[in-house]
Amino acid sequence: MNLSNASASLNAILPLVVVILWACALLLVDLFITKERKGLTALLAAIGMLASLIITLARLDLEAVVFNGMVTVDGFSNFLTVLFLGSGIVAVALSYDYLKRMGLEKGEYYVLLLFTVSGMMLMAVASDLIVVFLALELLSIPLYVLAGIATPRLDSEESSLKYFLLGSFSTGIVVYGIALVFGATGTTSLAGIVDAITAGSAGMGLLVAGAAMLLIGLGFKVALVPFHMWTPDVYQGAPSSVTAFMAIGAKAAGFAAILRIFIQAFPALSVDLTPVLWVLAALTMILGNVVAIAQRNIKRLLAYSSIANAGYILLALVPYGQSDVAADSVASALFYLLAYAFTSFTAWSVVIALEQVEGKGLELEDYAGLSRRYPILALTMTVAMLSFTGVPPTLGFLGKFYVFRTLLEGGFPGLAVIGVVTSLISAYYYLRVVVYMYMREGEPQAIRDPWLYIAATASAICLVVLGIFSQPLFAWASQAMLH
Amino acid sequence: MDAALIIEWIIKSILLLVICITGFAYLTFYERKALARLQVRIGPNRAGPFGLLQPVADGIKLIFKEELIPEKADRLIFVLAPVVTVVPALVVLAVLPFGGVVNLFGREISLSVAGDVNIGILYITAITSISVYGIVLAGWSSNNKYAAMGGIRSTAQMISYELALGLGFIGPILLAGTMSLNGIVEGQRGMWYVVYQPLGVLVFMIATLAEVNRAPFDMPEAEQELTAGYHTEYSGMKFALFFMAEYVKMIAVSAIAATLFFGGYRGPFIDQVPWLGPIYLLIKVMILLFGMIWVRATLPRLRYDQLMAFGWKILLPVALLNVLLTAGVIMLFPGLGV
Amino acid sequence: MIPDIVLFIILALVAVASAVGMLFSKNAIYSALNLILNFSSVAVLYLILGAPFIALAQVTVYAGAIMVLFLFVIMLLGAERLRRSETLPYQQPVSIILAAILAVVAIYALLFRPLGIEAASVANPDFSSPAAMAEMLFNEYLLPFEVTSILLLVAMIGAIVLTRKRQRRVQR
Repeated sequence: MNLSNASASLNAILPLVVVILWACALLLVDLFITKERKGLTALLAAIGMLASLIITLARLDLEAVVFNGMVTVDGFSNFLTVLFLGSGIVAVALSYDYLKRMGLEKGEYYVLLLFTVSGMMLMAVASDLIVVFLALELLSIPLYVLAGIATPRLDSEESSLKYFLLGSFSTGIVVYGIALVFGATGTTSLAGIVDAITAGSAGMGLLVAGAAMLLIGLGFKVALVPFHMWTPDVYQGAPSSVTAFMAIGAKAAGFAAILRIFIQAFPALSVDLTPVLWVLAALTMILGNVVAIAQRNIKRLLAYSSIANAGYILLALVPYGQSDVAADSVASALFYLLAYAFTSFTAWSVVIALEQVEGKGLELEDYAGLSRRYPILALTMTVAMLSFTGVPPTLGFLGKFYVFRTLLEGGFPGLAVIGVVTSLISAYYYLRVVVYMYMREGEPQAIRDPWLYIAATASAICLVVLGIFSQPLFAWASQAMLH
Repeated sequence: MDAALIIEWIIKSILLLVICITGFAYLTFYERKALARLQVRIGPNRAGPFGLLQPVADGIKLIFKEELIPEKADRLIFVLAPVVTVVPALVVLAVLPFGGVVNLFGREISLSVAGDVNIGILYITAITSISVYGIVLAGWSSNNKYAAMGGIRSTAQMISYELALGLGFIGPILLAGTMSLNGIVEGQRGMWYVVYQPLGVLVFMIATLAEVNRAPFDMPEAEQELTAGYHTEYSGMKFALFFMAEYVKMIAVSAIAATLFFGGYRGPFIDQVPWLGPIYLLIKVMILLFGMIWVRATLPRLRYDQLMAFGWKILLPVALLNVLLTAGVIMLFPGLGV
Repeated sequence: MIPDIVLFIILALVAVASAVGMLFSKNAIYSALNLILNFSSVAVLYLILGAPFIALAQVTVYAGAIMVLFLFVIMLLGAERLRRSETLPYQQPVSIILAAILAVVAIYALLFRPLGIEAASVANPDFSSPAAMAEMLFNEYLLPFEVTSILLLVAMIGAIVLTRKRQRRVQR
């Protein structure tokens, strides 16, 4: 790779480069920002991501394969990059006042946030298993730290430690999977794997084992049952602003890797893998939704909800081996991720608004009577809950609709039925939150922070408006098909 | 496998060991004499002519000393530690060229134990990185708090300065375009690298002082605080081994510095008379060793926190800057004739 | 060839013995030392394979830098004496069975190569020279190389953020 070649490569991943350099610079600049003015760091972090977002949006049609095929920039990666950067910016908005309230203001918080966003962006463009591994680490390590940033509060430390141990364990499994795939095909590049399979030089048994390892390792990251054990504890213990971002970013990045790897490199293995995906998706939806019913703590409830949602996203992947459905698979998964991101941010901003003191105001009872004193918060939370349930005309409904449609196209009506039934089950606990807010008496306490309100109402409005005019969004997601 | 080659290797290895050990013996003598002169004394002058047999007398004395092993010490490691300290010091010079290729009994023989290997510098960094163990194990196995403190301090110190040391190697590597020490010496045919690398030499010299635990960086043995540091509990020949390791390391780092920055075995008429190589190298090593002794006689010991702060906050950034400058200049002016 | 094989057998025995020693040492320091020995003998194996760069990197990084930190931490914490950890009653039999299965599968795979694994081809002798390694790292693997440096930076920031004691000002 000569110099001009390298600069062309760097240009293709310019948004990523901007975020990484910005993070490094912010680390230094933050030293000169006094403790009382850490809001400036937050602002700077948001500006960096905004700049990167603008670059990405300005060249949405960019398609390039650079760094010797290790990086593929295409519609898929552009879609996800926008999603990650948007989530990052919203996360800064959610964090700013929360951190101040909890006395957690550290400049490194935003730096780590930028780094984890850059890891996710790298994941979106990764088309080599080595890069996938590095992206996974780059997005996970800052999250481990962020989960424990409320140290010495014990459950934050517990959350960080659990996330770290299980996360490293799952990363280890991913590496093992990569090693097996390499052993089977002699390459780590996704394109090279496809070539090896078509040429018939790949050891298929080993390859299936490797793919299964990858699925397990990444399944940990996105919290598929039975690899979900860590989720409730980690989500509950981590500071809420971190959890909000973790629930969206880490999940989307994990699915980015799963979608890219399986659809691009492993369609030939679908005979072996589709039944596995089928069972995983069914288990995840059932367990996530059923256990969520028992939860009284809103953070745990949302944690189980995020598990259940991972199941719905996985639904899109089940028919991935059928070449005529694969495009719809990607489109509906991406669309669902987007819907999930909007819905989660709406819900989490309300949760953060109600959590005045760390760990307090998180029980369902604390939401009783919210509609009287804070009608806007109650309304946004209601929209989020309806979207999670999948009630039209919200974005969540369309997300589920497209996923189920893909599933029917692929010929899995049984699984679609399970999906619908579990959605009905989920209505019970989602709507219970609404019932508490509107029909119970209570004295809820919430803070009034403009950024939080903007984030909450804006994403709630998006949920409804985009839900009504969803066509362009889905068209965009469909364009994002991998090549 | 050529039998003559094996014999050649064995002879060279034995020669290297002999050189190191005699070098150690006479370095102690050299240091005492030089220190004495710097302090306006005379120094050892009783044993033999000009006191030249003093090292022998010291050796005999140490052999007859009683060897103590503390009761609660970890015996195996306690005995092993001095050996582990001395071996890296003795083998580090294996890749060093003492001269070019000479013709002896009809054989072409290169004056270096390992010959011309393309990873000479990596070998040196590898050996320096394991040379920490002996000291830290000695400190731990003695079951003595002063020894343990000394061991831990020395580990921290050596790890910290190893970074600057490693970066110091990079300048000559970049200039010569090879990691082979022979290549680096050949690269200095025109001009010694000390001219192109003034900053690099400075960093390298300071880091080596710390690496061999010499004054003013002799923290692990700071008498006032730690009695004798990691070798507090050692006596007799085991003590002598630590002593030997330190002095052999001094010789080794001086020889390495001479090779990297001061033209190695090269000097006038070297191409006509290859046997001059070892002599030139010896002269350069002697001068560098004198520098180390001079520093010891002049500078007081640093405080421990000063030492660490200096290593991390000044030396390492300066070393990085040097690498950056060197690489930048080589990139921008490829035809500099370097 | 014969000296190579003799050397290989000796080194392999040392490597295996030190690995076993590491597992069974009661004293954490001895475990660490065994591990160092293991790394070093593996490094010499690389040397026999004609990969001096990897060998010396192995010594510098693993046997040198990383294990020194291990020893350092063990000594600072005074954690030499391992407490007997609680074992589950079924742990031992299960582990023995699993190990036996692993051994059988490994031998089977080695002898019959059922998964289509070919014997490793002899690499170009120049393959592991420092120049060739650098060529690989800075051309083909440029991106992973750079990302790794970012990764290390992040890990360092993380460790400092988590361990540095700072007074939290909680507003109650």
